[in-house]
Amino acid sequence: MPSAGSSDSAAAEIVFRNVTKRYAGGRAAAVNDLSLVVPAGEICVLVGPSGGGKTTAMKMVNRLIEINEGDITIDGQSVRSLDVIELRRRIGYVIQHVGLFPHMSVAANISTVPKLLGWPKDRTRARVRELLELVGLDPAHDGERYPSQLSGGQQQRVGLARAMAADPAVMLMDEPFGALDPITRERLQDEFLRLHREIRKTVIFVTHDIDEAIKMGDRIAILREGGVLAQYDTPDAILASPADDFVARFVGADRSLKRLALKRLSEVELLAAPNGDTSRFVSVPASTTLRDALSLMLEEGRRELAVVDEGRVCGLCSFEQVAALSAPEPERET
Amino acid sequence: MSSFAAGAPPPVIPDFGGPPGGKEGCIAKNGTFCTDWVKEHWDDILQPRLLEHLEMTAIAVGVGFAIAFAAALFAHRRGWFEAPFGTFSAFLYTIPSLALFQLLVPFTGLTLLTIEIGLVGYTLLILFRNVLVGLRAVPAEVLEAARGMGLTGRQVLLRVELPLALPAISAGIRTAVVTTISLATVAAYITPLGLGQPIFYGLQTDFTTEFVATGALAVSLAIVADALLVVAQRALTPWARARRHA
Repeated sequence: MPSAGSSDSAAAEIVFRNVTKRYAGGRAAAVNDLSLVVPAGEICVLVGPSGGGKTTAMKMVNRLIEINEGDITIDGQSVRSLDVIELRRRIGYVIQHVGLFPHMSVAANISTVPKLLGWPKDRTRARVRELLELVGLDPAHDGERYPSQLSGGQQQRVGLARAMAADPAVMLMDEPFGALDPITRERLQDEFLRLHREIRKTVIFVTHDIDEAIKMGDRIAILREGGVLAQYDTPDAILASPADDFVARFVGADRSLKRLALKRLSEVELLAAPNGDTSRFVSVPASTTLRDALSLMLEEGRRELAVVDEGRVCGLCSFEQVAALSAPEPERET
Repeated sequence: MSSFAAGAPPPVIPDFGGPPGGKEGCIAKNGTFCTDWVKEHWDDILQPRLLEHLEMTAIAVGVGFAIAFAAALFAHRRGWFEAPFGTFSAFLYTIPSLALFQLLVPFTGLTLLTIEIGLVGYTLLILFRNVLVGLRAVPAEVLEAARGMGLTGRQVLLRVELPLALPAISAGIRTAVVTTISLATVAAYITPLGLGQPIFYGLQTDFTTEFVATGALAVSLAIVADALLVVAQRALTPWARARRHA
């Protein structure tokens, strides 16, 4: 990991090794022998019912909660061996209720960590402008406003910008979009995913919403009551073959449909149209998800759709194809 | 008889020209309020007493704030301290002021110190409660974000908790200042300091202007001090009034 004060966008691998947390007075563990590896630059979503210890697991990374047993390493360095203040300044932290400082302007909020790290003033100012633009706010006007003058969605954008200010390799996000209305939430989710493709930080993202987990996660760790890891895999693998009944129930009976939502028609090997004539088919753009394509088939009463990319038909997608792609992978079934 | 009247004897009390305004003026006739008296005695009575009063108040609130602030910070970190200090300051607050000054006289004499001990005692409850309430009103998520971003305990206090507690703290200071200005008039019972002195003196004579003018001065002082504190607080907490103009 880089020394404090330097800026680098290299992501870091996070490893949980047999991590256990018991709160004083509580007999049951909040997190029980958790081991998992978050590859550098990926979004790992911790998801599960309340009491699953997902927030506890996340807060042990920046030591807002201390580990009892086991260890967490960031880029091979144990979080327990680092000075806790220095550790936290190198980790971006976003929480559900944002927690912006109400007495500071948006710009002052964002420059908190750079200031703590002793960045020169003009570098901090330039960084604030850059971040405001990055999260879709107006650097000319929004920087001088107070948090109370912003909407909930704007506040969380500032929260994101503040967490990214010193360009941390790791970001912890605790239900960051949980308090927003559905439309704003979806927009911020999409924007964060787009942002993440550019900045490639290692992100640990906590949510109780399985749909959000499927959408946001490169990998999903499902924790069950007592802080036990039930399954850790890619969203597609979890939906295709849940490890046990708990996971199957948690991801929902519509897991095949959820799985179809992960794939787009552009990723499917399309069939050639008979005689090359596609005029009698209902056409859909290639960016459509298989789930939406299936919905359209049911709606229109068709078994085939014509897939259109950049104005020209590139092939047909059939109901049988969709059904096959949604079926569990046989080799993973136990 | 008439011969006596013709050659009137010189007056026993020499005539120094009479009170300001002359023999037919407001002072000589003891009107309800004499502007002439106020003009005449601004320099030798009103202004010096006003400055003394201001000084007494400033010392009392200053010392009281230092004690209450330290106690509140300690109680904020160690919750057990709130009850004993709260009870102690509430107890002080309930003692009648004249009785408290009188109780202190055997120890500290008829001095300014006696007065200040009493006045400081009365500020503690208000200031302690307000500082503590202000610190406790800082939203939990703001503290979590501050800690999660790597602010040290000291930085959280100085950069987050205290600035956010400022409105509550300054409300406490305003109440303490106004109460102390009013209470400090009683101090003249112990030692002739402050605006209480001309009030006590005026009450003992038939001449009403002295105590009316001084009383009005005490009230004006309280109002002006309060207004200045409001202005100061607004200047220090511009964020508290910022609202969405959507």
